[in-house]
Amino acid sequence: MTDGQEHDHDDRDHPVPTDDPEARARALQSLLVEKEKLSTDAVDEVVSIYEEEVGPMNGAEVVARAWSDPDYREWLLEDGTAAIDDLGYTGVQGVDIEVKENSPGTHNVIVCTLCSCYPWPVLGLPPTWYKSPPYRSKIVKRPRRTLREEFDLDLSEDVGIDVWDSSSEIRYMVLPQRPEGTEGMSESELADLVTRDSMIGVERLGGRRAGELA
Amino acid sequence: MDGVHDLGGTDGTGRVSHTPTEPVFHDEFERRMFGMVMVTMANREYTMDEFRHAIERMAPAWYLDSSYYEHWLAAVEKLLVERGVLEAEELRERIEQARAGGVTVPERADPEAAEAMRAIVGSGGGTYRGPGDPAFEVGDTVRVRNMHPEGHTRCPGYVRRAEGTVREVYGEHVLPDSHAHRDGESPEPLYSVRFAGEALWGPDAEANTAVSVDLWERYLESP
Repeated sequence: MTDGQEHDHDDRDHPVPTDDPEARARALQSLLVEKEKLSTDAVDEVVSIYEEEVGPMNGAEVVARAWSDPDYREWLLEDGTAAIDDLGYTGVQGVDIEVKENSPGTHNVIVCTLCSCYPWPVLGLPPTWYKSPPYRSKIVKRPRRTLREEFDLDLSEDVGIDVWDSSSEIRYMVLPQRPEGTEGMSESELADLVTRDSMIGVERLGGRRAGELA
Repeated sequence: MDGVHDLGGTDGTGRVSHTPTEPVFHDEFERRMFGMVMVTMANREYTMDEFRHAIERMAPAWYLDSSYYEHWLAAVEKLLVERGVLEAEELRERIEQARAGGVTVPERADPEAAEAMRAIVGSGGGTYRGPGDPAFEVGDTVRVRNMHPEGHTRCPGYVRRAEGTVREVYGEHVLPDSHAHRDGESPEPLYSVRFAGEALWGPDAEANTAVSVDLWERYLESP
């Protein structure tokens, strides 16, 4: 809550007061522990998985493999779930993954307009902006303008924009184009060039040179 | 339900606060909420569909004015009270104590639960239930039904009544409209449907843009 107002009367049938989320979260957690519905170990474990093990480095590895191995790329586009699982990545919010490949004439971008669906096993937990109303509302209606004004990505009108709204349990991920000047790079060097944003589709690697990338 | 969560195409929502990187969790509150939801959902106190619908049932102004993990908190409070896991009164009292600074969360060791959690995170829990007998095939033109159910649905408002083309047939998947209300999985064919920008936004569409949305068979009809 940003304005300090009491929201107790705002929510028609909420069982408890709606302000002071930190106190409410502590209260809830203490009751769940007492009722043996929650253990400290389980909470710590799941938090540490996403803080330490699962993140966009996983997706970057998938992309680097696809750039290096044409057979893997073909498999990834045909059956993303299996090809990604082959590198050891699957699980919650990513049991079914579809990979959409950028080309000189097509740019893909993912969103979830209804909530915050995102391919966790390959990209980790979604960033705040991805989950927030501005992105979710705009990218489906004015994708070209949103990419230009909010992400500094200016695509000419001859590049078609394909937006994927993740409204089911299928999760989408973008396969960016391989940057120029990367011939002879190892998979791990290539993976270092792949950003979270390029796999969401709010950044474009194709047509740029390796030296221009962070 | 037609709620403010259904944001696709809404104007006036402000700038995107884009950051190239950010911490996975910003503070202890976010860690606490993430852990609580993951564990209670894994323990089947509620399903993902019920959880999403509980967030949608927040009052509109509250939804828009609160953070992502506050949505999670609101949903868990509501669901656990509705399911009888917690009494509203005991939760209210505990919140009063927490506000007064009198609540520390006790430790509870359970290494097996931690291991089970790791296994669940790694395996997921898919919604695919088989190939089924889809009524539409790739390339078919379909129209999204004009429908306004009061309950949960994953048919975004901005595609209703629009015509699109079937792009993928995903087989039968658990139907959220039923599952969120504990009416069973009711698996049904799921499709990726591509809508040209003009089909959704008319003359206000940007040229050479399209949106693809995953839609269950009951959302669709032949034009």
